[in-house]
Formats: sequence, C-alpha cells, structure tokens
Amino acid sequence: VSVDLSAELGPLRLANPVVTASGCFGSGREIDRFFDISRLGAVVVKSVTVEPREGLPTPRMAETANGMLNAIGLQNPGIDRWLATELPWLRERGVPVIVSIAGKTVDDYRRLAERLRDEPGLLAIEANISCPNVEDRNIVFACRERSTHDALSQVTALSRVPVFAKLTPDVTDITAIARVARDAGAAGVSVINTLLGMAIDVRTRRPKLAAVTGGLSGPAIKPVAVRAVHQIARALPGLPIIGMGGVRSVEDVVEFLMAGASAVAVGTATFANPLAAIELVEGLPGWMADHGYTSVAELRGARSLPAPAVR
Amino acid sequence: VTPATSPEAPREPLRVDGEVRSVRRRGPYVALTLQAPAVAERCLPGQFVSVGVAAVATLLRRPFSIAAAEPAGGGVEVVFDVVGPGTAWLAERRPGEPLDLVGPLGRPFPAPPAGVGCVLVGGGYGAAPLLYLARALADGRRPVALVMGAASAARLLDPDAAERALPGGVVLTTEDGSRGRSGRVTDVLDALLDDTEAGVLYACGPMAMLAAVARRAHTRALRCHVAVEEAMACGVGVCMTCVVPVRGPEGVRNRRACVDGPVFDGADVAWDALGTALSAPPTGALRELRP
Repeated sequence: VSVDLSAELGPLRLANPVVTASGCFGSGREIDRFFDISRLGAVVVKSVTVEPREGLPTPRMAETANGMLNAIGLQNPGIDRWLATELPWLRERGVPVIVSIAGKTVDDYRRLAERLRDEPGLLAIEANISCPNVEDRNIVFACRERSTHDALSQVTALSRVPVFAKLTPDVTDITAIARVARDAGAAGVSVINTLLGMAIDVRTRRPKLAAVTGGLSGPAIKPVAVRAVHQIARALPGLPIIGMGGVRSVEDVVEFLMAGASAVAVGTATFANPLAAIELVEGLPGWMADHGYTSVAELRGARSLPAPAVR
Repeated sequence: VTPATSPEAPREPLRVDGEVRSVRRRGPYVALTLQAPAVAERCLPGQFVSVGVAAVATLLRRPFSIAAAEPAGGGVEVVFDVVGPGTAWLAERRPGEPLDLVGPLGRPFPAPPAGVGCVLVGGGYGAAPLLYLARALADGRRPVALVMGAASAARLLDPDAAERALPGGVVLTTEDGSRGRSGRVTDVLDALLDDTEAGVLYACGPMAMLAAVARRAHTRALRCHVAVEEAMACGVGVCMTCVVPVRGPEGVRNRRACVDGPVFDGADVAWDALGTALSAPPTGALRELRP
C-alpha cells in the first residue's frame, strides 16, 4: 500500500508532517552529521534575535520526571551572522527552512522581519513570542492579547512568507491568543512552547537552574500540548497548527494530527536521540499502512469528539 | 608555551546499538564496557560517549568520558559514579544486554609535541580518561606521570590498576591523608613538574580542580588541556545547555562543552566567569567566530 506522506500546512506543502521544534535542533548542522536533514518536512531553527546573545548562566538544564527544564536565554549569533553563516548552508543543502525569530521589543520583531524580507529560500517565519527564559516575564508577548497583536502585526506586515505564531500554554485561554494572532495576519500557530517550571535541589537548598525558573519540555507536557492543539482547532477551524510538546513516537505524531495539527514538531526527543525526527518520518508510513490510512490528510481530526467541558 | 599538535582529526559520531560486555566495580565507581566496534575504532582520548538509559521517568542520555577503547576488540569503556537513577540503572546492567550508544563526541586532547614529557591530573573518576590518554602517550620515549586526587582513599579511582598501567608514574593525593600525599593535586604539582620537566599538562575532574591546575600551568608558562564537565542534555551541540565561558578573538563567549570541548585550553577558560552571566558581545564590527 502506498502512503501519501505530504502535509498541507496552510499555504505550504511539506514532504511530510514531521518538522523540528525551535531550540532543539540548532540550525541543523550538528544533526546533519547523523542523517540528511533535508528529508524532514521542515527545519525550524533556533530562535534568532537582532543582536547576538550569550544567554543565561549555567546550570541551564535539569532533568525532571519524564521531562526537562531548560533556561538558555536565547543564546544565538544574532540575525546578521546567522544570515551570513547558517542560511546559505541550509539553502545549499536544500533544507525547507522555517526561521524562528525572537525579540525583546515590538521594534525587534519589525527589524527582524525587515532583515528577512528579501532573503530567498525561506519557507516561513515562526515568530517566537513566548520564550519563557527572558529577564522580564512582562515581555512574554504571547501572555497578553495586546502584545501578541503588536509583535505579530510587525512581522506579518513586512513578511513575504507565511508567519506562524509560537504560543505559550501558560495563559488562561490559549484560543483567545490564537485568535488575536490570526487576526494580526498569522498564517498559523505553533503550539506549544515550554511551560514555565522550577525545581529545587533539596540537598543544597538551591534551585537547580541558575536562572531559577525555566521551560519544561518532554513527554511530561504532551497532554497539555494535545489539549491546546485541540482547543485551537475547535475554536478556530481552518487555522493551520504546528503541534508539539513531548513528541517521541509515531503514535505521538498521529495523536497531534488527530487533535487538529497539520504538522508535528519534534523537540526534546532529539536530545535523547539525535535521529528521533527522521525515525518518525521513516516509521509513519508503516503505522499508517497497518491502520488503513493512505494519506496524512486522513489522520487530521478526531472522531466524534465531544465539545470540551471547559474552554 | 609549547605548541600542541593534533595529528588525528576526530571523526563524525555514530548512533549504534551496543551490547554490555561487563559491569565492574572500580574502587567506589563503576566501569561499564560496551561492545560497539564502529564507535570503538573512532575514539580518541578526551572524547566522550552518551549512553541511552531506560530508568523509570528518565528521558536524557548520560554522557561519560571514554575511559578506554579497543579498536581491535571493539570495546568502549566508561567509568562513572552512581549519583542518580540513570547511573543506578546503568550499574545494574548485565553482560549481553543491549545499550544505545552515541559517540565518539567532542574534541579529543591535542597530542603533545614529540618527546615532550606530560603530567596528567585526574580528580576522582576524572582520572579515567587520563589513564586512557596515558596509555596512548606512553611510547617509552617521553616521561608521563599521573596525579590522582580525591577527598579520601575511598574516593580514589582504583590506584593499583593505575600503578600497573603506568609503573612508577602514579602519584596519589587525598585531602584527608588516608592514602598517598596529604593535600590536593596542586600541592604535588610543582615538584612533579620539576622532576619530569613536563611540557604539557592534561587534567580532568571537578571545575575547581581544573581551575587550580590551569592557574599553576599559567604560572609556569606550560600548556594545559582541561576536559570540563557541565550539565548536558543532548551531547551533540543543539541544546546549548553545557556552555563554558571561553576567551576567544571576540572576548569571553559561551562555548558548548559537547562540540567546542569538552577539551579546552586551560588558559582560555574564563574560570572566574563560570556560572555567571556574560555581557552581550559588542555590536557592529562582528567577526567570524567559528573556525
């Protein structure tokens, strides 16, 4: 049985629905040592900022039950150097690239969108408006409708490629933020970013992260992510969703598609296995054939889902 | 300062299904040998491997310095301390069981110039990769000495085995004086460097020890290569958790221990900046950082 793995992500058509989660794949070079990364549906690169950033002090990582906390603080070479060193390599390798951008201010998003405007070979922009590891929680744009609109509209006004808004689950109603993102011109949303978390070493009585708090990722957060995707898919039918959060197995990919995602991102699983993303691309057709599916489109949405009790 | 050369370029890492050959006590630590021929033939001293663990509720691989590799026999050995559920799970493995391995990872210790004497300094189980290096360096034409230090005799990594591997070349220190010289590794370093006329120092162990050894090397204008340890999620260069502040052409920058290290020039590590926030790099005139 031949299986059609291609995925419609709004205006984009991907070779398969498996993409990488920003911040878990660098810009691809390191993982390309293990497999040909151009075989993925898309590579969403680590967030790039206007200026280079050195990030937060160490320790930056703590493993937790079925998950991990990280507080990197957006360490990256800055947009100028990223465009000079990373994008040409990705283009040359024929990798479908979604560039993730992050800003401290609304104006940062404008400047980043402007810098990317005339760059050929980009599939889309992901506006990371939800990084939890910033000096000031007040600048997590995606925590508020107003700031979501202000940051995103800068990008959508300038971009020639589709813009996806990366949202945080740390809000009362993620569908309200998703609606604002759509109305600000976003082609779709990427859900979810990490949840803000914390762990304390009880022997030393110190927080396990130098930054005290950090983003929780891994299988521990998957039910939260599936819920968020499902809520947005029901509230805003037709808005393309890149679903992510704890994806590790082919069944996880299928679950996110059934929740309403059009593409599924692999994040922390790559830390545990550098081949995680490509193993899902390779494993998906067999699972689909075994279960009587011939296309990714058939996997989208779940059967007879009752309306969520609480919205 | 004697220039160091690296005759062998590290090869790309692999992910393989290894097999447990043995799990043995080595003093207070555990030595795990895996059968993984494709990885074994690529290993160089100073590099590390990461091992998949299946302990309850764990997620991440465990990175370990390579303690030995047999290109002919196909074995890769690591030595670790049981500190949590992952290492406890690994210590319970039995011969013949499968184990997921990624490696070799990171940059190896640069080779010293021909004929130049070397002093190797290992703290606790940090002595394991230095024994691997010692075996590679001991060609009979250069003096090689190994200092093994720990808080007490009970925390030393199998000193008798070290003495067998490097006869007459091992110096032990314990902070409580329960074995070898009383004190820290740096207390014996000057005399040893005088005796051996060593040109290069190599060290692996706790960060405070590495900083002290690097300072001593600096005072004596000796080259010093340190293998650092930092909390690491991926081990392959993408998670950005294992960074160390290192001086370069653009000042002190956070470099990844997993791909830019774990071996750094001791003179380049900004020891005082460990665990602190670095100021943002200068804007404007950006130069190429990557080699």
